[in-house]
Amino acid sequence: MNLLNYTLRIADSSLISAQRLSEWCSKGPTLEEDIALSNISLDLFGQANGFLEYASEIDGSKSADDFAFKRNEREFYNLKITEQENGHFGDTIARLFFCSAFNFLFYTELSKSKDETLSALAAKSLKEVKYHLKHSKSWMIRLGDGTEESKLKIQESLNSIWQFTGEFFEMDKIDIEISDSGIGVNNTSLKEEWNKIVNDTLDQAKLTRPEDMYMQTGSKKGLHTECLGHLLSEMQYLPRAYPDAKW
Amino acid sequence: MSENTDVWEVFIQSKNGLAHKHVGNVHATDKEMALQNARDLYTRRNEGSCIWVVKSEYIVSSESEDGEAFFDPSNDKIYRHPTFYKMPEGSKNI
Repeated sequence: MNLLNYTLRIADSSLISAQRLSEWCSKGPTLEEDIALSNISLDLFGQANGFLEYASEIDGSKSADDFAFKRNEREFYNLKITEQENGHFGDTIARLFFCSAFNFLFYTELSKSKDETLSALAAKSLKEVKYHLKHSKSWMIRLGDGTEESKLKIQESLNSIWQFTGEFFEMDKIDIEISDSGIGVNNTSLKEEWNKIVNDTLDQAKLTRPEDMYMQTGSKKGLHTECLGHLLSEMQYLPRAYPDAKW
Repeated sequence: MSENTDVWEVFIQSKNGLAHKHVGNVHATDKEMALQNARDLYTRRNEGSCIWVVKSEYIVSSESEDGEAFFDPSNDKIYRHPTFYKMPEGSKNI
């Protein structure tokens, strides 16, 4: 049961990130970046699919689609940062950068998992996430060390998303149990490396690291910001309105 | 796109050892962005193993009005083609 929950947490963060990012499709700042963001979104949908299929296997009765489309807000375990709205391009880049830096470290560790399926899914995701990090990092530096206006905007983006970065490193009972058994990742141990990536990037971007103030929490218990409900209503509309719809 | 944006030509090598082939261009403000945009636009379907990007302004092209002087003179020099040699027996490629 706990392994199912653990797998869903990973799947949900990928799925919700993917859905959020897909909103850029056809609205990107340039044709090139439009495709770049859509590519990243597709990578994340692919990752979500892998983890949801595994969740379905563990569960034994629900399908991957059931998990994606037939759960309500309180049954989703994605990190709150992933459901935050896209805002302007800088907001999206700041969110993507923080998430990608975490995903990179998380999948690096998860690829050593004793659970063969999780380790294989992690190894596959890792390759994609490395590119997400590279892409978002270059944009952080470009915007931070760009014009006066771009610097101002990306700094504001950092400051406002910062409160959602504390959740990356939380460990609840399920995390501890799965991590102690050699299957899951000790998130707390990723913080040092994450800080290194973030500080190094912010230095290069000539941006200021926000101070740790109040940090948001709750997603591991299915508590979310109001952003998730709106996102789900769009994502789940079709399969809920037409339950028998086929591709 | 802003006035800082340049056009970059993209060349993709489909397999190790083969020549890089021109596939199109992208807009970018710096070389990293050019490379990443090229990756995202031109290698989505497993087309490549290596990418070159170069600013379009650095590509020197012959002009079409020079076509006559440049290319016509080689039209009637068929002896420049290696078609007059006999292939040694048993060899498939030279």
